[in-house]
Amino acid sequence: MTARPLAADLVPMPWRSGLLSSLAEDETLLAVLLLDLDAELRFGSGIVAVTSARLFACTAETGGDWKQWTLQSGLRLSHYDHGGVGTLELHDSERRLALWRYTLEQNAQALRVVDAFDRRRDVLAGLVEDHTAGEHVCPDCRAVLEPDQEECPICAREFETPPTTWTLFRLWRFARPYRGMLLAGFLLTLASTAATLVAPYLTMPIMDDILIPYQNGAPINAGLVSMFLGGLLLSALVAWGLGWAKTYILALVSERIGSDLRTATYDHLLQLSLEYFGGKRTGDLMARIGSESDRICVFLSLHLLDFATDVLMIAMTAVILFSINPTLALVTLVPLPFIAWLIHRVRDRLRTGFEKTGRVWSEVTNVLADTIPGIRVVKAFAQESRESQRFRDANLHNLMVNDRLNKVWSVFSPTVSLMTEIGLLVVWGFGIWLVAHDSITVGVLTAFIAYISRFYSRLDSMSRIVSVTQKAAAGAKRIFDILDHVSSVPEPVRPVHLAGVTGRLELREVAFRYGSRSVIRGLNLAVNPGEMIGLVGHSGSGKSTLVNLMCRFYDVTGGAILADGVDIRSVPVAEYRANIGLVLQEPFLFFGTIAENIAYGRPGASRAEIVAAARAAHAHEFILRLPQGYDSLVGERGQGLSGGERQRISIARALLIDPRILILDEATSSVDTETEKEIQKALDNLVRGRTTIAIAHRLSTLRKADRLVVMDRGRIVEIGQHEELIERRGAYFRLYEAQARQVDEEPVIRPLPIPEKEPS
Amino acid sequence: MASHEEREIGGLERDAHGRLVLTLADGSTHTGIVPIRAFPLGAPREGVALVGATGREICWIECLDELPEDVLLLVEEELASRDFMPRIRRLVEVSTFSTPSVWRIETDRGSTSLVLKAEEDIRRLDASRLVITDRHGVHYMIENQKALDQASRKLLDRFL
Ligand SMILES: Nc1ncnc2c1ncn2[C@@H]1O[C@H](COP(=O)(O)OP(=O)(O)O)[C@@H](O)[C@H]1O
Ligand SMILES: [Mg+2]
Repeated sequence: MTARPLAADLVPMPWRSGLLSSLAEDETLLAVLLLDLDAELRFGSGIVAVTSARLFACTAETGGDWKQWTLQSGLRLSHYDHGGVGTLELHDSERRLALWRYTLEQNAQALRVVDAFDRRRDVLAGLVEDHTAGEHVCPDCRAVLEPDQEECPICAREFETPPTTWTLFRLWRFARPYRGMLLAGFLLTLASTAATLVAPYLTMPIMDDILIPYQNGAPINAGLVSMFLGGLLLSALVAWGLGWAKTYILALVSERIGSDLRTATYDHLLQLSLEYFGGKRTGDLMARIGSESDRICVFLSLHLLDFATDVLMIAMTAVILFSINPTLALVTLVPLPFIAWLIHRVRDRLRTGFEKTGRVWSEVTNVLADTIPGIRVVKAFAQESRESQRFRDANLHNLMVNDRLNKVWSVFSPTVSLMTEIGLLVVWGFGIWLVAHDSITVGVLTAFIAYISRFYSRLDSMSRIVSVTQKAAAGAKRIFDILDHVSSVPEPVRPVHLAGVTGRLELREVAFRYGSRSVIRGLNLAVNPGEMIGLVGHSGSGKSTLVNLMCRFYDVTGGAILADGVDIRSVPVAEYRANIGLVLQEPFLFFGTIAENIAYGRPGASRAEIVAAARAAHAHEFILRLPQGYDSLVGERGQGLSGGERQRISIARALLIDPRILILDEATSSVDTETEKEIQKALDNLVRGRTTIAIAHRLSTLRKADRLVVMDRGRIVEIGQHEELIERRGAYFRLYEAQARQVDEEPVIRPLPIPEKEPS
Repeated sequence: MASHEEREIGGLERDAHGRLVLTLADGSTHTGIVPIRAFPLGAPREGVALVGATGREICWIECLDELPEDVLLLVEEELASRDFMPRIRRLVEVSTFSTPSVWRIETDRGSTSLVLKAEEDIRRLDASRLVITDRHGVHYMIENQKALDQASRKLLDRFL
């Protein structure tokens, strides 16, 4: 038997031996479901298994004993889920025999069990022939698999791995292209840092060779003085020039890295599925791409550079100090470990703090992104004060989080300063003692003081790197969160290309859920090329969801959708969508001219084509009436257009790409009857010769449809032509009746015309 | 047509198939009744709809406590099987502070682990209550954030 020889391997040990030993000679294990909940919905374990002759179950309730039922007609295994919990029930014709529960993590297994159960029961009852030996299908999407394939390549998706913590290093991916400039910047940093260290060194001879001898009565050597002063000036000038060059180069690079990061993130964001956008808030995404990338950029250009300079400076200073006087150098460096320890202590708290401030900041932008587009509603319901309160709350939260962070941060910085002061004190004290014992000259001590005041002042600023690094790391994490997100509508690994789409669509056992909410179940439908399907049903019955699946805005959670016999998941996403024209209830116009909006799907279209599309969409005339015709600006801040006018522009947009498959989702629902007539005429042009899926609230709109598909709660309940369905007096009839009644009450709406049938 | 509030429950029982059968005061019976809480988070004991097999609301219960004992028992039993929302008592361990993150937790329904897909899946109900939705759509509730032990709170705080 080829079907799932590995089913037994799924069974954990205590059960495996029990199960396998109770199997008869010719009995094989077909599918197992490992339960992770008990009947009281506590987390626990149990197992349900289907063999070629029986159904087995073992749970804690049965005390670890196996219960079994022989597969026979009359037995029914049904499954459903709600709120993340799946339930499997076994019934005979009289009563419920058993009930098992599991979390949806086990759903694929449950489907397999039900599938195997149904198939074997029917085979044993002689209702169907056993195909399992010949055909090997994926239990989830029902794609036919190769005999040796265990996992369906389409359904197998790996679990996304979490990003590593040291996210900043991942920025290297964006820094790589600028390796050369970065190296130049580094060398310049090295040189300019060295140049700044010349000045303190010169204090030593100035002190020992000029000032001290003068105090002791020797005259001032003017030549020597001018030489040293010249040296000081020169080193300052060189340091200035080198510093300018390094800052400029590195700022240039970091700005480019920041910009690459932004575009890469935005590009990736555009690739993500609607599911991602459904779960994210606009303000949050804007904050991430906008301010977080900017923060990283500032970090790279200013702070990281400063830090590198500081480290170099400290290293070089340490070398110089040791070369002048090792003992004093050692004393000077005493506070260093303390500071390192302090930095380490504070780092973790700061990082989480900064991550939090980032999130809270998103909260603030979210409020803005919520209210500004909805300002009409806010004003209409006079809720300005409420929105203001919401903003104030978000701001207050922001304050609170920042206050808490600043508490840590504000002790940190003065503590470092204190350490450096103490460090200086130690050096002074020890230095004076050494001078008194004639171990060093006054010049050496002055040079030391000059060096280490720089050194410590850098330490102070270096400690600041902790906070900015954490800030940047938190920002980088939030950006990489986007970059790491794998689209739930992934590009196929081995893409299949569609050669000349005819427009045939086939839905096989399609199931879909939003999260844990099952919206479409076991739906089968075949659409012929050029056919027009009218999709009707109550609002919420899953019509829009179904067309979203056809457009591959979401991927099905069960079953498969095939275009010209090819699973749409194995076709590159953009290539597939190029064949689809979509007109939605609320047409979205981008900021730009009308011509640009019409040509959105085909930016290369000629003016003549644009006008032709607009004509066919019955938009030409109203566009001409606008002050600037096709060059009028629309979209945000643009020319105001009515709903019907926008709709016709979006129809022209769909017409222009000349798609094989056309999807109309309530395209005429939001306009008045007169406009609808206009739009209807436009649509008639659009529909001609294309596979069309039209959803309409007003059944009259679908008079041209070849077949009407009636949906109810995620299932197809009826398929047929208008008269057929009316005669059947089923769900369609009730919908029709309800609308006819409305027509009586509302004389404005014209009566429903009898559909004229077109030869299909 | 009488409005839902006016319809009175005559009786409720469970048939051999495990389905709830509702008899209204007017004598009509409805099989496959499902009780649904209108405010499962805000007011779990108020506003429960009894919905028929076709998804139509048959009857509205203003407050669970006003039901007769035997009916209440069945309704609560059925609700319990639908409103699966384990209360998190302790966070034992999290795999990472970024997402997706695997949390090992202890709940009032036993120990388990959940996968947090994104920080947005943590929903703040009010100052102390949180609802966490895992990768498979199971909702977990933290009833009082402040009542958790120190270690759990520390872990949780990293995600808030
Ligand atoms: N993004 C979403 N997340 C969760 N549920 C959704 C989402 N979109 C739609 N739904 C639900 O799916 C069901 C079907 O919705 P839809 O397909 O839009 O219905 P229709 O277009 O037939 O009116 C509805 O119950 C709706 O609440
Ligand atoms: Mg819809």
